[in-house]
Amino acid sequence: MGAVVGTLTMQTRQRQPSRDKVDDELEMTMVCHRPEGLEQLEAQTNFTKQELQVLYRGFKNECPSGVVNEETFKHIYAQFFPHGDASTYAHYLFNAFDTRNNGSIKFEDFVMGLSTLLRGTVREKLEWTFYLYDINRDGFINKEEMTEIVRAIYDMMGKYTYPALKGDVPKQHVDAFFVKMDKNKDGVVTLEEFVIACQEDENMMRSMQLFENVM
Amino acid sequence: MAAGVAAWLPFARAAAIGWMPVANLPMPVAPSNKNKHQDELIILNVSGRRFQTWRNTLDRYPDTLLGSSEKEFFFNEETREYFFDRDPDVFRSILNFYRTGKLHYPRYECISAYDEELAFFGIIPEIISDCCYEEYKDRKRENVERLMDDLEDNKDSKLPNMTFRETMWRAFENPHTSTMALVFYYVTGFFIAISVITNVVETVPCGYMPNQRDIPCGERYTEAFFCMDTACVMIFTVEYLMRLFAAPSRYRFMRSVMSIIDVVAILPYYIGLVMTNNEDVSGAFVTLRVFRVFRIFKFSRHSQGLRILGYTLKSCASELGFLLFSLTMAIIIFATVMFYAEKGSSSSKFTSIPASFWYTIVTMTTLGYGDMVPKTIAGKIFGSICSLSGVLVIALPVPVIVSNFSRIYHQNQRADKRRAQKVQKARLSRMRITKSGSSSAFPHSKRNGLNQSLELTGSLEEDQQLKKTTSLLESQHHHLLHCLEKTTNHEFVDERLYEQGYLQTALQNFPSQSPSLSSEEGITGTCCSRRTKKSMQPLSATHTHSHTHNLQELSALHIQCGEQQPLNTSRSSLNLMSDESGSLNCKSSGLVTTAIISIPTPPSNNYRASPDAPPPPNPDAPPLPNTGNDVVKISAL
Repeated sequence: MGAVVGTLTMQTRQRQPSRDKVDDELEMTMVCHRPEGLEQLEAQTNFTKQELQVLYRGFKNECPSGVVNEETFKHIYAQFFPHGDASTYAHYLFNAFDTRNNGSIKFEDFVMGLSTLLRGTVREKLEWTFYLYDINRDGFINKEEMTEIVRAIYDMMGKYTYPALKGDVPKQHVDAFFVKMDKNKDGVVTLEEFVIACQEDENMMRSMQLFENVM
Repeated sequence: MAAGVAAWLPFARAAAIGWMPVANLPMPVAPSNKNKHQDELIILNVSGRRFQTWRNTLDRYPDTLLGSSEKEFFFNEETREYFFDRDPDVFRSILNFYRTGKLHYPRYECISAYDEELAFFGIIPEIISDCCYEEYKDRKRENVERLMDDLEDNKDSKLPNMTFRETMWRAFENPHTSTMALVFYYVTGFFIAISVITNVVETVPCGYMPNQRDIPCGERYTEAFFCMDTACVMIFTVEYLMRLFAAPSRYRFMRSVMSIIDVVAILPYYIGLVMTNNEDVSGAFVTLRVFRVFRIFKFSRHSQGLRILGYTLKSCASELGFLLFSLTMAIIIFATVMFYAEKGSSSSKFTSIPASFWYTIVTMTTLGYGDMVPKTIAGKIFGSICSLSGVLVIALPVPVIVSNFSRIYHQNQRADKRRAQKVQKARLSRMRITKSGSSSAFPHSKRNGLNQSLELTGSLEEDQQLKKTTSLLESQHHHLLHCLEKTTNHEFVDERLYEQGYLQTALQNFPSQSPSLSSEEGITGTCCSRRTKKSMQPLSATHTHSHTHNLQELSALHIQCGEQQPLNTSRSSLNLMSDESGSLNCKSSGLVTTAIISIPTPPSNNYRASPDAPPPPNPDAPPLPNTGNDVVKISAL
């Protein structure tokens, strides 16, 4: 008889451990952050009020707590690249947006970054890109850092590409470009070298203009 | 791409600036949002209740009614709002779908009303989110079953052109369909009962014979009982033969349980007829008469509950088997113990262990006949332990059977098992559909877009048509993916095509002598014939080729390539399995400033194992700086 009762209660016992985990997660999301006023943001960035409104609506939709952590950031970015693995590149992007290095992006950081990318001068955009490539923030891009970035970009392509990715394609890719950028052949690319190399490349300049009307 | 992140698309596109410095090729032109109006609120009036939302929210799903231009049909000019004469409660869920990207099914809604609304607004039910999907599927299945039951009731009306055989079979299976069937049903039931009663009464002692001995009625009224038996068996035989005749699948009918019971019920009689009145076999003959009692199982055709009971026992056979096993273990243990405990006492009934089995069983089932009792003290102690544990062991089967019975008896429980299997499979397939849908959208649209651009004489309407099918959001997303392709100089392809291509290379390298050059080893240079000749030598070891004939082909092809004014269509024809795969497609130098060398594989039919499919080329060499206008990119076919 007791065995029967035992078997009946065993089913309910398994459901309990999961409840604790949910409680923990609930506590974490209670942290909330509200951005500064609209006028302040408008002054600090190059966006109009309406654009800021649209941006904030999208931001708040995905991150109701007001801050983006790296996981959410990676998840959002991965939605745009269903074929491959966008997490590495998203990681570098996250670090580039997270100027204060505290592991989360607030709306202000987000908007500042976007303002540079979309409405900034060419110099500002190039500086931002340099900042993105310089993973360890030492002011120089060496070959390994560039290979990391390029590898992350190739990861986003995924497996099913044409022509198929065989061999170390990112490395070859980097070899060509590094040679172009490193003018004094000292093994690292400084900000000035980077800016000059990019400005010489007409294609790149043209491509930069491409994202003017993104908003 | 989920609609919720549509708002982040500008961010993703802006982040693409990070690819620019390392891009191989120039970026494609961005889709222009000519109709870039300020985001406006639109009012949706659903049976008087006004809903408001941004226009962009509705544009997220362009293949639904609200997301496409179909809603213009419902636009009311005077009030400047869209009026829908539908259920506002259900519309709430539908509008939330646009807002959050998740479609929920409210429990209080009727399933058919919900389905109708979804169909009206052009939303497929498969995208109901996981939290509500099971509920939806359950209700839907219940509804379908209910409809089917109604249908079956109606179906019993006779179809016009059923053969006699089919009519008979239907009459046997559903006795309430016609009067004849009902009569037959009752007659057979009556005779089953008669047969069983005669079997029972046969053995009752009735009356005294002159020699003062009770004899059973069967022996007294032998002829009467024999006549009854014959009559019953005749009826049963006729019934069996008729069923056999009417059965749609005779083999299957003969294997079914009910027909086996029928056969077993009537066989003893015939065997008895055949057998002679031999003394040796009459003993066996008497045993056979026992099988006549199986006629009582024929009642299960008449009783639903009996069938369910049989099904229950069959389904919990494993549990019962296990219990029997544990019971056997306990019996053996206690029997052994009792035997050795009582061994010492004199005139003990416990003569052997198998003899103790009887005591153990009687004690454990708390029967306690008392024909065997332990006499020693040890025996009594163990005997009491035995009876106490017996209570526990016997109580175990009861809940098992009861729970199984109720589990089977209720309709929902049966649907549970079905549901568990189907939901898992359906869920996986749904996930696969949505995943492959999103990831294959880009290669598909690429193909479509390129096919369109192929037709240089395409009319304006086609362009507009193309634009209509892809929303601005989608075109921007595709532009982003296009930029990524340009950056890495590789393209996205469908999973299927990739695998096909893989198979092609496997097939090709094996039988055919295709001269495939690999420029991975860093062949830098133009694809002029001189260079290729040189490079072929070191590679001939690794690749199966070395015909000078091929070299000539190559050079001929190079010349050909230089003359052609190429179209920017290499990708499209590569993806298509067309007959023109024989011709090389070259990209003009004007379009690329950085030359990429790829491998010229002569695509003539002799070299390919499967002539109807283009073999995939090998990977590209690393990109070169500008080498001038005479550099030609050859995309091998």
